[in-house]
Amino acid sequence: MVSQLTPGERIAALITLILLAVIGLFMAAAGRADPLGAHGFVVLLSSTGLIFLLLSKSNGTPPDPARLLQYYDDPTKLGIILSMIWAVFGLFIGVWVASLLAWPDLTFDAAWASFGRLRPVHTTSVIFGFGGNALIATSLHVLQRTSRARLPEQFSPWFVLLGYNLFCILAVSGYFLGVTQSKEYAEAEWYADIWLVIVWVVYFGIYIRTLARRQEPHIYVANWYYMAFILVVAMLHIVNNLAIPVSMGHAKSYSAFSGVQDAMTQWWYGHNAVAFFLTAGFLGMMYYYLPKRAERPIFSYRLSIISFWGITFMYMWAGSHHLHYTALPHWVQTLGMSFSIVLLVPSWASAGNALATLNGAWHRVRDDATLRFMMVAAVFYGLTTFEGSFMAIRPVNSLSHYTDWTIGHVHAGALGWVAMITFGTFYCLVPWMWKQERIYSPKLVEWHFWLALSGTIVYVFAMWNSGIIQGLMWRTYNESGTLTYSFLESLVAMEPYYIARAFGGFLFLAGAVVGSYNIWMTIRMARGVPATPMDDLPVSRLAPEAGE
Amino acid sequence: MSELHRKLERSAVGFVVAIIFMASIGGLVEIAPLFTIDETVEDAPDMRVYTPLELAGRNIYIREGCYACHSQMIRTLQDEVERYGPYSLAVESQYDHPMLWGSKRTGPDLARLGGKYSDAWHVAHLINPRDVVPESVMPKYGWLQRNDLRIDDLGAHLSAMKAVGVPYSDEMIANATNDAFGQTLPDSDFAEGVSERYGEETNIREFDGDTSRVTEMDALVAYLQILGRLTDAAYQQAAGNQSSQDQQAQSQQAQSQPLGSTAK
Ligand code: HEC
Ligand code: HEM
Repeated sequence: MVSQLTPGERIAALITLILLAVIGLFMAAAGRADPLGAHGFVVLLSSTGLIFLLLSKSNGTPPDPARLLQYYDDPTKLGIILSMIWAVFGLFIGVWVASLLAWPDLTFDAAWASFGRLRPVHTTSVIFGFGGNALIATSLHVLQRTSRARLPEQFSPWFVLLGYNLFCILAVSGYFLGVTQSKEYAEAEWYADIWLVIVWVVYFGIYIRTLARRQEPHIYVANWYYMAFILVVAMLHIVNNLAIPVSMGHAKSYSAFSGVQDAMTQWWYGHNAVAFFLTAGFLGMMYYYLPKRAERPIFSYRLSIISFWGITFMYMWAGSHHLHYTALPHWVQTLGMSFSIVLLVPSWASAGNALATLNGAWHRVRDDATLRFMMVAAVFYGLTTFEGSFMAIRPVNSLSHYTDWTIGHVHAGALGWVAMITFGTFYCLVPWMWKQERIYSPKLVEWHFWLALSGTIVYVFAMWNSGIIQGLMWRTYNESGTLTYSFLESLVAMEPYYIARAFGGFLFLAGAVVGSYNIWMTIRMARGVPATPMDDLPVSRLAPEAGE
Repeated sequence: MSELHRKLERSAVGFVVAIIFMASIGGLVEIAPLFTIDETVEDAPDMRVYTPLELAGRNIYIREGCYACHSQMIRTLQDEVERYGPYSLAVESQYDHPMLWGSKRTGPDLARLGGKYSDAWHVAHLINPRDVVPESVMPKYGWLQRNDLRIDDLGAHLSAMKAVGVPYSDEMIANATNDAFGQTLPDSDFAEGVSERYGEETNIREFDGDTSRVTEMDALVAYLQILGRLTDAAYQQAAGNQSSQDQQAQSQQAQSQPLGSTAK
């Protein structure tokens, strides 16, 4: 990692890290009496650790100029590894959290280990840790291949990847410590939020600068999605996190928004975090790796355009479907509902485009678990978006909202779509990155596939059942016109489903562990195989890009 | 269309601008008017702000992630109103930075919790929910009783709240720490200031039953006891709607229907 940096980049890295260490020191001092101080130490330790790494590995020799003839994939490699670490961690917490709802005392008598703190640890670890690292890793890979250009330099990709993981660590360790803004998927406090903005601006810079160097006249579809992901997430993040800290020595801040305006801003953010983080970004992944793996061009260019602009425009209106029947003005609810329903069109355009691309390659889907991961992901994407549009209809939402049905819906998307497309992509990408013929064990990929699929199905069916039962019990009246069930009765009815869900989650986690082992063994296999295959170079003629 | 798009695809900057433009419209149309249209938030002249102790309790509620299992937003549905009380109005959370409406009801809604149980019930329930409600899956929060509440910085908290628009007076800010102390010690000299500044109705009690210290439990229980009680607006509105509600309750189909006054 260090040996590839030019002397100038090493100095830039050193200055950045020293600056960061100073900030960490300042935070530690100012926040002595506050969790902020602990985070100061996290920043201080991680930056000094990297300074040592940098200094010990810098020997003054500039890197081989021949490197400029190749793509720069080291950050992608580390990104894949970090993503899998976060996956196993986040899924483990998911299984724990799920178990707590069946066996509430399965924890320690300690604040950090209670449900309310662990839940955001789970969501942030899987969404931002697992998902975010996967997006950064793959986007840098796709960006270079589809532009046939190397990244502009070698410092900023590391800044983005490591800086992003620092954000994730600050966020997750904060929740353990009780530092949270309580805004779903935006729980991280003000200083972590500011840091993420800086990281994000650099990330966007890499994108634009590499595109400026591209050898291809057109920007490939996958990059549209990655760009939408980067830009819109920045917009959402900045607006929703506007807040005033109690002081420079406090982790705590107060949101600039309150009440109904805050609710609308939060769900404009929350829904579009799903749309642009968990959907657009991963569609970018799908549009590159699925056709590559299937060795078929994208079915329809026209459908790609429709679905891209449809998603970019319409999703931003849909957030208010999280606030049906609340104190939010009625007209905003209605707008959110209407756009949510129409959203099915661009969503299915993408899902259909993916499946139609596989037409003619079904024998591959049958034989190749990697491609099957991607196929199943596209199917789940289609199912989840259909379900989502359905749940956005006001009367349906009156039943589903606040219940486990929402959780089932979220995880049909999270497990079936986000995680499956990522695993499929990694199985495709890891052998390429480490220059191997194939993954260590295709058989283990099969195992992972079936564990993941069965885990997802168990999870989703359990939550559909519990959610709908819950919703119905809450609104059932008896003949005398009073409510039939107490809240507690509905709670007791959930228990078998909570146990089933924890079991489904366990299967899914087991799959991810198998997958990590397989990826790790592939990396080990690669030791001592240096040469880059000649067909993967920036300026040489590549095999035609999928879909172009 | 394809031709036009082919052109757009050739320009990275053009593409960026197009994305930002297309993605901005929805938010602008839906969010911006909420800040200006008068009808968004009702008038409630009797609405009071959180006392420093209640605010500290609210921060503990946030810290512990109670919102992950409890909503504070009663929807305009017949069954919810019957189960929990009058539906929530926008004005009731106008001083909530951020709001805690929640999205999941693993436990019941808490929007009208204030006054429903005694302080002692809450303390026992928080220390071990299963002592009070054997079927409960709620976590134990024993450390709240063990931890002293940090009150020395409450003035800074109130100032920050003031900076985001909550009408705290300078006097309230200056006395924040004393008021937190006074609210848990009805016999002390500090207690009087609390009711002077926040109103006669303010609960001034030994919330956790321990007079020797101000604990996190004191703050959280003080907050729970004020939920839904900062203003009477919702009850007044409910009284106004009573006649239309009665009609609806009689019709079987209306049971999960929106109540009369949703349309704004
Ligand atoms: C794992 C989810 C969960 C978390 C987290 C949680 N609760 Fe609960 N809560 C429940 C459940 C389930 C019930 C219903 C059973 C009972 O009364 O214990 C409940 C009931 C309650 C009740 C009684 C409500 C009523 O009307 O009867 C109160 C008050 C309460 N919780 C407060 C809190 C507070 C304060 C926190 C945070 C410190 C919290 N809860 C965190 C699940 C949770
Ligand atoms: C082992 C697999 C998993 C298990 C067991 C699991 C379990 C859980 C549990 C128990 C909850 C809390 C539900 C509640 O409050 O009732 C939850 C919430 C959530 N999880 Fe997972 N999860 C898993 C995988 C994932 C993945 C891979 C993602 C995303 C990529 C994800 C995203 C979320 C989100 C966004 C929520 C919040 C849902 C909401 O508030 O509506 N989960 N998960």
